This record gives sequence, structure tokens and C-alpha cells, in this order.
Amino acid sequence: MGLGKFLERVLQLVPVLLGVSVIVFIMIALTPGDPVQIMIGDQAITPEQEAALRRDLGLDRPMYERFFLFVGNAVQGDFGQSFYHRRPVSEVIAERLPATIELSLVALLIALFTSIPLGVLAAIRKNSIFDRIATVISLLGVSLPGFWFGILLLMLFAVHLNILPVAGRIGYSSEIEPITHFLLIDTLLRGRPDAFLDALSHIILPAVTLGLPMTAILMRVTRSSMLEVLQQDYVTFAEAKGLSRRRVLFRHALKNALIPTVSVAAIETGSLLGGNMIVETVFGWPGLGRLVVESIFLRNYPLVQAAVLLYAVTYVLLNFFADILYTVLNPKVKL
Amino acid sequence: MTNVADMSRPPETIFQQNLGNFMRNRLAVASSAVVILFILLAIFAPLIAPHDPNATDLFRRLQPPAWVEGGEWSYLLGCDQLGRDILSRIIYGARISIFIGAAVILVATTIGIIAGLSAGYLRGWVDVVISRIVDILLGFPYLIFAIGLMAMMGPGLINIILALAYKEWVIPCRVVRGETLATRELEYIEAARALGASRRHIMVKEILPNILSPVIVVSTIRMAHVIILEASLSFLGLGVQPPTASWGSMVSDGRAFILESWWVSTFPGLAILLLVLAINVAGQGLRDAFDPRFHE
Repeated sequence: MGLGKFLERVLQLVPVLLGVSVIVFIMIALTPGDPVQIMIGDQAITPEQEAALRRDLGLDRPMYERFFLFVGNAVQGDFGQSFYHRRPVSEVIAERLPATIELSLVALLIALFTSIPLGVLAAIRKNSIFDRIATVISLLGVSLPGFWFGILLLMLFAVHLNILPVAGRIGYSSEIEPITHFLLIDTLLRGRPDAFLDALSHIILPAVTLGLPMTAILMRVTRSSMLEVLQQDYVTFAEAKGLSRRRVLFRHALKNALIPTVSVAAIETGSLLGGNMIVETVFGWPGLGRLVVESIFLRNYPLVQAAVLLYAVTYVLLNFFADILYTVLNPKVKL
Repeated sequence: MTNVADMSRPPETIFQQNLGNFMRNRLAVASSAVVILFILLAIFAPLIAPHDPNATDLFRRLQPPAWVEGGEWSYLLGCDQLGRDILSRIIYGARISIFIGAAVILVATTIGIIAGLSAGYLRGWVDVVISRIVDILLGFPYLIFAIGLMAMMGPGLINIILALAYKEWVIPCRVVRGETLATRELEYIEAARALGASRRHIMVKEILPNILSPVIVVSTIRMAHVIILEASLSFLGLGVQPPTASWGSMVSDGRAFILESWWVSTFPGLAILLLVLAINVAGQGLRDAFDPRFHE
């Protein structure tokens, strides 16, 4: 792909991102309830103080001015004050974001490491027991409600078998001074393998719950693209040349069969963000998803607004990245 | 070679052939039966439910299912934290899930067909505007968009339907637009144009009937997704409000008692799984039978 095409795609992102910001802005601007009244709560303040607060928040300006102010500030990472925390929204989000990213990445790894081998096995041994297992997992993955699957896992592993913790990110006794704020990395950097295992035991159930729908989708994609590749002439030719089955599968077929899997994985990583709210709520995971749900009930709208915008922008960028990746990996496709 | 006896029978239409294909898929037929059973449960809930779903009885608080010690057969699946009969609440909860699922799909498919037909047939600025709106809406993760809207509009049945339909129409719209783009260049459409048929006539009478089957297939499979989304919103407390029974909020209620009363969360979740699984399998069967691209 040439630089020109790439820049054209980047330019196409602009109206989408602008449209997304308009929707997020309107969504919150039309929400019933006066933000100033919510912020004041039961404190007694004079009408002058209230007017000053309204002016500070820019609420006395016309709607279109408020929109440009919102976008202008958002670009600089300023999303206003969190009513509940009485601190900048960006600060509160930055605190919670690493937990969400860590959970999403582990879910992604679990999905990749289970879906690819199973998908390949299901394709090369079509109609075998592996193929049946893959079919069942892929159907369950799209039919199981995440919140219920999470609760079932909790009942089995945390309550009945009592081998994994019920909630949270790490036990009290294992808490460490953060470096990167990714606990799985920090515990190792601090030389605390016991704390690493503790963090790992906390993340397994939420990550499996979050990763299941993605596993189902990736497995289906891997299986069908592997089946397609195995019928190609070059695979037949490689086999006719006398190459071993293993070599044909892993050196020739798999490389091409994984192109759609990688692109779909990039798109689906965006969907993990949506699942976060549910999974974090079920497992008491201190991430951004749970913060958003709590903020809705507290009517902490600046935070909800910032988080929804952050999720949407990340999602758009991941889709863009998936598109580019697909083109780079597969020279037959032109943008 | 066709024999005389065969020729005397009227030839099967494509629809009949497809229906025949579908009926031969036993798993899909069984799944359709499960879906129909749930619909009947929902419609006749007042006649079928053994108890009032909202009647509380603190003496039966967290009573276990019938086959567990302490349970009784008149409360088959046990009771929740307020002593309400779980089976009756599941039967009434089917109304919410199925009604919301069907309403969202109906609204979204209608809007999607109108927008998709207009974009695909009229092209030009209509296509540009609709496609841009679709791109922007696709920029939101579904659940987050719905959660944002629910926060804005407040809970309630109509609001859930709107919050889910706001984005759902994009999916049938894309399918219809793609199919319309392919169909508009076919000869019979050219012929209709040459005969002076109006644009509305061509879109509604000529194109629409020919692109309907992929739309129906997609809508069926999407209904399963919408039911899970509704349950997720209710689970988070943003859906139908108590005391109305909804499967998502029933699972959520049981969370606090999973240590001692597993049945409170388990059965409503099982109901969601069963219905969604049945819709998915039936939908895939429909797709295999009715969508020519999936024919062997």
C-alpha cells in the first residue's frame, strides 16, 4: 500500500471521529438533570456561587460553543472534573485504565492460544472429535451471556473448588508498589513470584469470561480459512513434491490461513472493550468498565462522557488498524 | 429424464425447495420448536405460571429447588431472596426478552430496509449521508452505545427498545444496501426502468421481494444478540426496572447469594442460554437453507 492510499484512509477517519464526538456530546448534553445541581448535591451555596460554577463549567454558553470547547479540551486530554471524585476526569480514568488494558490483553492471549490450535485441528481433521468440540465452543461462545458464564465460573472455581479468588485484582498480602501499573509485569519486576501467581489467579476467571466470545469467533474464522487454504493448488503441489504433511501445514498453509484470523482478532479486540463493563462488574475488577457503570448511577456525567468517547475512539482506531493490517498481510487486497 | 408422472405435478417454487432443505435439518427444526415453545410460554404466561411472579413470601426466602432438601414440588425451581417463585418469574421474564428482542428487530429491520434500499438504489448524496451515519454508528462498541443512551434516557421498556434499535438498524441496512447495489444492475430492473416504472415501484415491488431472504436470515440471528444485550443491560440495572421479572436482573439478584443459593442465578441464566442457542441454531439452519451462497 502506497503512502498516498494510507493518508487517504487516515483522512477518512476524521469525519467518523468527529461524528462520534458529536454523538457523545449530544448524548450527555441531552441527559436530564442539571450538572450544576448534581455537583452541588446537598451543599448550601449562594445563587452567585452557583452562577460562577455554571460559568466555570461553560454551561452558560450556547450549545455549539460548548461542543467546540468539549472537542478542543478533549484533544488536549482535558475532560473536566469528575463530580464524584472532585478530581480531573483524565486522572481518574488514567488510574483505572491499566487494569482494563491488562484484562483485555490476557483475554486476547487466551482467545488466540485456544482458538488457533483448535481451529486448525478442526480443519485438518474435519468431522473428527476436535471439529465437534470446535462447533460446540463456537455456538456456546455466541450464545452464553457473559455475566452468567462469569457467575458459573465463580460458583465452580471460587466457591465449590475454592481454588481461585472471588473478586479483585490482587490479594492484600501481595500488594506491591506499582511501576507500570500492569500487575502481572510489576510483580515480576519487583521480584515477587508469589505476588505474580496471586495476580494471575485473580485475572484467570475474568479473562476467560471476557475471551470466550472472541475464542468462538476466531476459531470459526481459522477453521474456515484453513479449510479454504488446504484446497489451494500450491498446497496440493507442495504435497505432490513430497514435502511432509507437517511441513506443508505449518510452513505453507498456516501462514496464509492466519491472515483473516489476525484481522478479525484486531477488530474483535474492540469488542472486548464492550464486554469489559459486564465482566468487571461480575468479578469486582477495578477497571474502567466498572467505573463507567458506577458513574452512571452516580450521575457522574463528565466521566461517562469521557469514557464513552475513549472507548469509541479506540474502537474506530482498532478497526482502522485491522483494515491496514489485512492489506499489508494480504497483497491481493487493495484498499 | 423427467417422467410423465413428475410433469403432472406443479414444479416446486424456490421457496418450497428452501423450506424442504430447512425441514431436513433436524437440529434446526428442533431448535425452532424450542423457540416456539418460549414464545407460547411468553404469550400464555398468566395461564402457565404456577404463582404470581411478584408475590413475595418471606417464609420461602431462598427456598431451594424441589429436588434439593428443603424444596417443595409446587415451587419447582425454588424461590429468590424475597421468596418469589423462580419458575413463574422465568416464564414472565420470557415476555420481556422476546418482546424486546422482536420489537428491536422489527424497528431496526424496517429502518434498515428503507435506508439500505434508498442508499443502494438512489446512490448519490443519499448514499453518502446514510453510509457516513452507518460508519459513525459502527464506531461505537454496541453495549457502550446502549449504556450511554440508557444513562441519557433513563430506564424503561420503550427506552431499551430505542437504545438498542438506534444502532441495530445499521446491520440490516448494510445487508440491504449491498444486495440492492448488486440487484439494481440486473436486466429485469433495467427493463422496469425502460417501461417507465417509478423509483418507488422499482425499489418496493421489484428489488425488495428479491433481497428479503438474506435480510430475514440476518434479522433472526441478530435477535439472539439483542436478547443477550437486553439481558446485559438489565443485569447492570439499566434495563427493565423491578419488580418486573427480567432474566438479566434475576441473574444479577442472585449474585449476592451464590455462596449458599446457586439456583437464584443459575435458572434464569439457563433460560437465556437455551433461548439464544435455539435462535442461533435455527437462524443458521435458515441461512443454510435460504441463502444461495451457503448451498453446497
